[in-house]
Amino acid sequence: MTTPSQTVGPFFALGLPWADGPFAVAEDFPGAFWLRGVVLDGAGEPVPDALIEIWQADPAGRFDHPDDPRGPVATAGFRGFARCPTDTDGRYAIRTVRPGPVPGPDGHLQAPHIDVSVLARGLLDRLVTRVYFPDEAANADDPVLATVDAVRRQTLIAKETDDGIAFDITMQGDHETVFFTF
Amino acid sequence: MPDWKPPAPYRSHAPDEQPPLESPEYGSTRLRSPRQPLVALPQGLTELTGPVLGSDRVGPLDHDLTRQHDGEPQGERIEVFGRVLDGDGRPVRDTLVEVWQTNAAGRYLHAGDRHPAPLDPNFTGAGRAMTDSEGRYRFVTIKPGAYPWRNHHNAWRPAHIHFSLFGHAFTQRLVTQMYFPNDPLFDQDPIFNSVRDPAARQRLVAAFDLGATTPEWSLAYRFDIVLRGRDATPMEDEA
Ligand SMILES: [Fe+3]
Repeated sequence: MTTPSQTVGPFFALGLPWADGPFAVAEDFPGAFWLRGVVLDGAGEPVPDALIEIWQADPAGRFDHPDDPRGPVATAGFRGFARCPTDTDGRYAIRTVRPGPVPGPDGHLQAPHIDVSVLARGLLDRLVTRVYFPDEAANADDPVLATVDAVRRQTLIAKETDDGIAFDITMQGDHETVFFTF
Repeated sequence: MPDWKPPAPYRSHAPDEQPPLESPEYGSTRLRSPRQPLVALPQGLTELTGPVLGSDRVGPLDHDLTRQHDGEPQGERIEVFGRVLDGDGRPVRDTLVEVWQTNAAGRYLHAGDRHPAPLDPNFTGAGRAMTDSEGRYRFVTIKPGAYPWRNHHNAWRPAHIHFSLFGHAFTQRLVTQMYFPNDPLFDQDPIFNSVRDPAARQRLVAAFDLGATTPEWSLAYRFDIVLRGRDATPMEDEA
């Protein structure tokens, strides 16, 4: 008995973007970098009217949230949430930091990851995916990555860049990003 | 194993409650819906927590879209109010609600909106509010207009207000649209009808509430929003 989802439509820029939206951490937060990417549709064309949102733990793997059973921890300069609309070339850029490992449902640690929502015209519900980090040894033991077909798994692993990491999102087609449901 | 219990997960949606991503009658889904099956993601702490966005973002007039300019906007003044609840009927407290809409003529204040209807210098069409301790929210606005789009021949969107909610967890995030009762445009709208279950679809339609109107001032519509509920917290002795 929930309220159904509907598309965010083409005009969400009227209400959703914030001036500080792309900043999951303060600009000068220790270890801060840029998470950048392009959103592509099933024809390989950039999607200029998507909204990317992220949610993640702080570098110690903690959340400033009452449901963190270890107790909420507020880290100065860390929000853990960011939202960024794509530009005319389908690109987004979010300032963030590498999260620590986070407990999964059974309490066992998952490899550092960032949860991502993709909202756009043509999406009747958001798409959910995850960013994992390149050169992260813990990826090999991550229980979520283990459930994903080995070839498609690569779509969840970001690439290193000059000023951070790149995570492109392909909504449909040959290199379709792995999307989750829960 | 840690010395704490993982929080309870949020329940899945009922079948046909959520629109299928691939809904070909809504043309923009054709190239924007995944072809591969979605992968089940067990809800860990990243999914069971979420941004606590709040009151520091909401100004005193953000809930009143009729008072954001020097003059009053054109249109039928309405109040839109309701409660944000979870699937178990519990209020979702202190959570951010964001809305955006057209003006009374069906035109968005957005460079991409080419509908040749007038803009209103006294109407922006964006609002924000926090729910209170009982999950209640309230907006004052004007009734939005229907607008044409190019999805199919002579396609018109029924009047609607876009809503964005965070709830208390990443899992509860919801972006939806509120419609007005008895809109004659419902039957030909593929976005509204993308929700296959008629009862679930009706949950997108606000209720006219005469008792909540303000005499000689405004009409009123009630729109309650239900986010996903969660299973009971596992008991200590459960494996
Ligand atoms: Fe709209």
